[in-house]
Amino acid sequence: MKPNLILHVVSKFLIPLIILFALYVQFHGDFGPGGGFQAGVIFSAALILYALVFGLDAAEKIIPSHLLRILASLGLLIYAGVGVVALLLGANYLDYSVLGSNQIAGQHLGILLVELGVGITVAAVMLIIYFAFAGRGRE
Amino acid sequence: MAVGSIMIDILINITLLAFLAITSVAIVRLTNLFATIMLFGIFSLLSAGLFVVMDAPDVAFTEAAVGAGISTVLMLATLALTKGQKKSHEEDYEEKPSRAHRPWLPLAVVGITGAALVYGTWDIPGFGDPDAPAQTHVARYYIENAMPETGVPNIVTAVLASYRGFDTLGEVAVVFTAGVAVLLLIGGKRPKSSASLKGDGGQDET
Repeated sequence: MKPNLILHVVSKFLIPLIILFALYVQFHGDFGPGGGFQAGVIFSAALILYALVFGLDAAEKIIPSHLLRILASLGLLIYAGVGVVALLLGANYLDYSVLGSNQIAGQHLGILLVELGVGITVAAVMLIIYFAFAGRGRE
Repeated sequence: MAVGSIMIDILINITLLAFLAITSVAIVRLTNLFATIMLFGIFSLLSAGLFVVMDAPDVAFTEAAVGAGISTVLMLATLALTKGQKKSHEEDYEEKPSRAHRPWLPLAVVGITGAALVYGTWDIPGFGDPDAPAQTHVARYYIENAMPETGVPNIVTAVLASYRGFDTLGEVAVVFTAGVAVLLLIGGKRPKSSASLKGDGGQDET
């Protein structure tokens, strides 16, 4: 794509804001609307915007595709791992109450970790899919 | 005050639903795939607006981010790969003899299915009906106990991540599987020559 000054400047302003908003949605999901799914999608949208404006190669320099594959697995692993930790601590699978000193703290920690896993996997998978489709038309 | 806000709700609902209907008719009639994808995005955005009116901001958020955002981009990326223009209806249907295209059977199937669905809605309780089965079983338990049991003010998050943790784990696994499937199908580098077309094991070139 040939360079376009307005697109470059505007997206450079927008991308940090989008990423910040994604993090807000991720970690404020306990209190307001949002959560891992939405945050992951918004985060990937920021990087897709970067790839659209600055080119696929520049985007793959920021997040190489092998890292994306690791991240996609890591998120699911975090989620499933929280369940296994609960099992090891003597509760049912995915029962977060035993993770903290009391039930509320445990649930809070569990939900935070699980949502983090969801966000990482969703963001990575969306980027994998986009890079796969966009990279296909490159050659 | 309450009556006024209900009136506004109804007005917004009618407006959004009318736009939804117009958009879907336009999607069916258009042959330009680029415009169709844009209209899909608009359709999702309108649905998100409807969800907001129905006090479901979490769902609206997802619809706006996924439906209007990412899937539009993914469909555009696919379109860029195929560069296809859908064949116009004239080429497809009208130049061929009419025996190739009989509208009556599909029309009857669609009509009967639609009538059955409308008939099914007669038994559905009204929107926000306090006696609806959805409000009387677990929803009541969640509303009363989610805050003391989990300490999370957003009940949707509490249900999604804690009470229904298994379901969400499955959903994440589905997303992960989708990514793996895309990687398996079109990921990685495409073989340069036509060797890949010759046989299954045509990976290595000599």
